[in-house]
Amino acid sequence: MSGITSALQHHHKLCDEDFAGAEEAAHKGDWAACAATYGKFRTEMLAHFSVEEEVLFPAFEQRTGMVGGPTQVMRSEHVQMRDLLRQMDEALAQKNADGFGGAAETLLIMMQQHNMKEENILYPMCDQALGQDGDLQSRIASGLTV
Amino acid sequence: MQPGLSFEQAPPISVPFRFFLTAPLFGMAAGLLLLWQGPEAFTSRWTSVALALTHLLAVGFMLQAMCGALLQMLPVAAGANIWQPRRVTHLTHAGLTIGTLLLVAGFLSETALLFRIAVPFMTISLGAFALIVLIALFRTPAQGPTIISLRIAVFGLVVTIALGATLASAFGWQLALPLTEITHVHAAWGLGGWSMLLVAGVAYLVVPMFQLTPPYPAWFTRSFSITLFFLLAAWSLTWLPLQRPDGLQVALACAAALLAMVFAAVTLRLQGQRRRKVTDPTLLFWRVAMAALVVAAAAVVLQQLNPGAEDYAGVPFLLGVLLMVGVFMPVISGMLYKIMPFLNWMHLQKIGRPGLVVPNMRQMIAEPRMMMQFRLHLAALVLLLGAVPLPWLVYPGAVALIASCIWLEWNLIVATRNFARFSRELEERLAKEQEG
Repeated sequence: MSGITSALQHHHKLCDEDFAGAEEAAHKGDWAACAATYGKFRTEMLAHFSVEEEVLFPAFEQRTGMVGGPTQVMRSEHVQMRDLLRQMDEALAQKNADGFGGAAETLLIMMQQHNMKEENILYPMCDQALGQDGDLQSRIASGLTV
Repeated sequence: MQPGLSFEQAPPISVPFRFFLTAPLFGMAAGLLLLWQGPEAFTSRWTSVALALTHLLAVGFMLQAMCGALLQMLPVAAGANIWQPRRVTHLTHAGLTIGTLLLVAGFLSETALLFRIAVPFMTISLGAFALIVLIALFRTPAQGPTIISLRIAVFGLVVTIALGATLASAFGWQLALPLTEITHVHAAWGLGGWSMLLVAGVAYLVVPMFQLTPPYPAWFTRSFSITLFFLLAAWSLTWLPLQRPDGLQVALACAAALLAMVFAAVTLRLQGQRRRKVTDPTLLFWRVAMAALVVAAAAVVLQQLNPGAEDYAGVPFLLGVLLMVGVFMPVISGMLYKIMPFLNWMHLQKIGRPGLVVPNMRQMIAEPRMMMQFRLHLAALVLLLGAVPLPWLVYPGAVALIASCIWLEWNLIVATRNFARFSRELEERLAKEQEG
């Protein structure tokens, strides 16, 4: 199955991978490695949020007329995750392993349950509503390439 | 709005917390009873002390924490809304707390009157809980292996309650019933039907989520719960009086035990493949639990294949310790250490506004405190297992169990107090911002 959201789904796994790397580096106190992997993770996360908020969600809302629904919930969870990323930024700057680990653990659960909702509910809805839209698909793909 | 997309349906934080804060108290009581009775406690599984101990752990600790977690989880993770959540919470919590006390007092004092009170009280409160949860689970539009596993688990709880009520009625009104047979089936549904399938259903969600492991294989999640259910059902039928095909009964019991062992092995393997390399207390608790489950399943198979083993009183004690202290208490502790800090954070988010920094999960309960409880619990498990060949070890084992439960309770109290403190601080900061 290759709906228009398959690239986003795949991207979740990529973010997970870099999350794990950054968390492990901070845990070991290897701040140089942490800065590199976390930087990559952060860029990927923000690109992912932007693609959803600026490309996918508006297209879905326009097609279905569902404006205050699931996409709104996802947007507000993005806000919460951006806050956690900011906490991780600060902890990284101060080389505070406990602060970084605590914010990372919170982000992990937030992120996983968020992904689960998207992958199980919202993405299938989007695939169904938007069908095969080549233009949309390429805009999603280019937005995720950072 | 699509169900399951929002935390808006989450119950107030006091709903799950009251169950979580009560559970360790019964664990402490079990430890005290064990300390007081010493090796006497496991001369036979049929002594009043053994029955009291079992119910302090199974109902007082396990069921208490499980019901609280389920009430929290159903609306959020399963999109299943509970009818009258507030009333159901009060009724269930009272049913569990007072019910455990009545049962334990009934066993210890061998007073029929206490069972006569416990039967209607617990049947109504816990039965209503189970039925309301079952209805919610059948009405949710959400699908998947977790929902299926939870449905079968709650059905298992209904069977356990019905058989438990029958047994308690037999004590209360001196009914002539085949108590041994009913007790075997009651215990199997409580531990194997309800508890095991609840853990499996939750594991499908949280094992990949907490440690970034691959998902459980589809062949496994498709078949595990339903197969275990049919094995248990068929095994239960072999206990019907007058027709007891021994060979079939042994075969079914072994098959169920081996299936549980497969679940443990799959979980351990997935955790071995985790992408998240940081080890946290929850992971350690889960790994101990799964290792204990492998040993417990092997012990069940050995016991089934050696008919004489029934006569040795150490065997039921060994299985009870492995399953309750080794499998379910660790899973529950590990889960509480994720659930309570995350719920704290999530509810604090609602008070604050975007951009206002809310303390993170690790600021709710410090990790070294959780690790300390993990070590105490592990010590309790090892010592109590050691008490099977060396009965005097039951004393240090009981002390370790009490210490573990006190530590757990204290950690949960700290989390609760931190929630109150952080809420106050956030509100003060918001008020100051508005003034400025």
